[in-house]
Amino acid sequence: MELDSIQKHLLEEIADLHAIPDGAYNIRSNSASAGRRSTANIEITPKTDVSGLDIHIKAGTRRESMHIPVVMTQSGLKEVVYNDFYIGEGADVVIIAGCGIDNCGMADSEHDGIHRFYVGKNARVKYVEKHYGSGDGEGKRILNPGTEVYMREGSYMEMEMAQIKGVDDTERTTTAELDAGAKLIVRERLMTHGHQRALSTYVVNLNGEGASADVVSRSVARDDSFQRFDAKIVGNAPCSGHTECDSIIMDRGRILAVPGLEANDVDAALVHEAAIGKIAGEQLTKLMTLGLTEQEAEEQIISGFLK
Amino acid sequence: MLELKHLSFEVDAAGEGREILRDVSLTLPDGKLIVVTGPNGGGKSTLARLIMGIEKPTAGQILLNGRDITALGITERAKLGIGFAFQQPVRFKGLRVLDLLRLAAGKELTPADACEYLAAVGLCARDYIDREVNASLSGGELKRIEIATVLARGTALSVFDEPEAGIDLWSFQNLIEVFEGMRRNIRDSAIMIISHQERILNIADEIVVLRDGHVDRQGPRAEVLPELIGTASAVAGCRKSL
Repeated sequence: MELDSIQKHLLEEIADLHAIPDGAYNIRSNSASAGRRSTANIEITPKTDVSGLDIHIKAGTRRESMHIPVVMTQSGLKEVVYNDFYIGEGADVVIIAGCGIDNCGMADSEHDGIHRFYVGKNARVKYVEKHYGSGDGEGKRILNPGTEVYMREGSYMEMEMAQIKGVDDTERTTTAELDAGAKLIVRERLMTHGHQRALSTYVVNLNGEGASADVVSRSVARDDSFQRFDAKIVGNAPCSGHTECDSIIMDRGRILAVPGLEANDVDAALVHEAAIGKIAGEQLTKLMTLGLTEQEAEEQIISGFLK
Repeated sequence: MLELKHLSFEVDAAGEGREILRDVSLTLPDGKLIVVTGPNGGGKSTLARLIMGIEKPTAGQILLNGRDITALGITERAKLGIGFAFQQPVRFKGLRVLDLLRLAAGKELTPADACEYLAAVGLCARDYIDREVNASLSGGELKRIEIATVLARGTALSVFDEPEAGIDLWSFQNLIEVFEGMRRNIRDSAIMIISHQERILNIADEIVVLRDGHVDRQGPRAEVLPELIGTASAVAGCRKSL
């Protein structure tokens, strides 16, 4: 299937893709596959009961990457997609997902991607997910990702999630279950503007000895937008967990941070931090003394903060 | 050349006007290093902030090369060639040292260019250019990076507000060398340093003593410094800032 220029632009925004990627990939465009390739170690097969993919990554796969971007340009499309990732023991892979919606029409467009990760013993996964919306139609661009992570002993997963522009409404839910020695790192970056709404919920269960999690969100709410960050870490064993929400509010933006910790083991060490505030006046002043206008200073501070 | 003419600055303290600066007139010619000193609370930092445009005077005029800049904002003054190093440098989450130096230079800097500015303030550039300007940096490191941003701007007039405040003795030694180097390469730029430190006073062309919001004494170093040394206020000032 050929992609048009808007679809190509969306692919660039969400996956830095300018051409067909190396390695395994599946490009989903307007609810159909626009191309798919499996490799010797990464097998992608479509599900038969529901929409979505089964992805099997062989044990011991080293330094391979796969891309599974989704683009939508038809106004009024609504889809729920289930992708299951089975990552074999000791594998070391990078998975780049992401969804871009361009909506020029009157009807809402919605993509709900449900991703389940089964991370094998001692496997390492880096997961990158970018969400982006464009188009000037009145129809909303809606993304409701659901992510479930099951981590076996000694596994490591790093999740980088970014939604910087153009998504009108999002409800993101991420849950994780960690066995002994498993480590989960989450870096979320979020910016909302206009009348956008973004809800982000994390529940991380540290079930095995030595499991650890670090969930950090940096966000900016501008104009009349609203965000809720709800992160809960549950320590069920000797473990360590840290959650942090660091936010800048501007204009009439609103942010609700609900950090939660639950310790069910005397050796669970859990920490949360949350800070919300406007850009510090002295930061603007400093950059203005370097010759930037107030607006340029603001842009630099925000882009640095969300980097 | 910078001229301050009859500058006054008042703040509103519990409904009553409190005078921080009163009728201050000063001239800072090109090619000179001037150190403003005096007891704490004498209005030195306020004077520096008025020059940069961070505060606006309640009376008086500020002229840069003959042009009245009293009504101009911070950005405009920066573009006209005024640089400012804060007494307490600001931290930024996410902005790296390299980003800040690039913004200061107003152009793309290669890491090699950035390294020159960092080396000039005694920092090993390789260890710093990718660091974020955040709470992970010590007070002394931040202070040197702050000075490096002023160097990177290459301004005609550079104002340093108590560069020695908040840094340890070892860093201070290094800092003196930085300012000595700036003095040697001053050419037709002008430097104003707010300081209590005798070693900084020692490299001044002129010294201004600001006390209780007005100029108590102004003159060449050779005349003013001997009068200051040994006075109670100078010693107390030095101890305090160390």
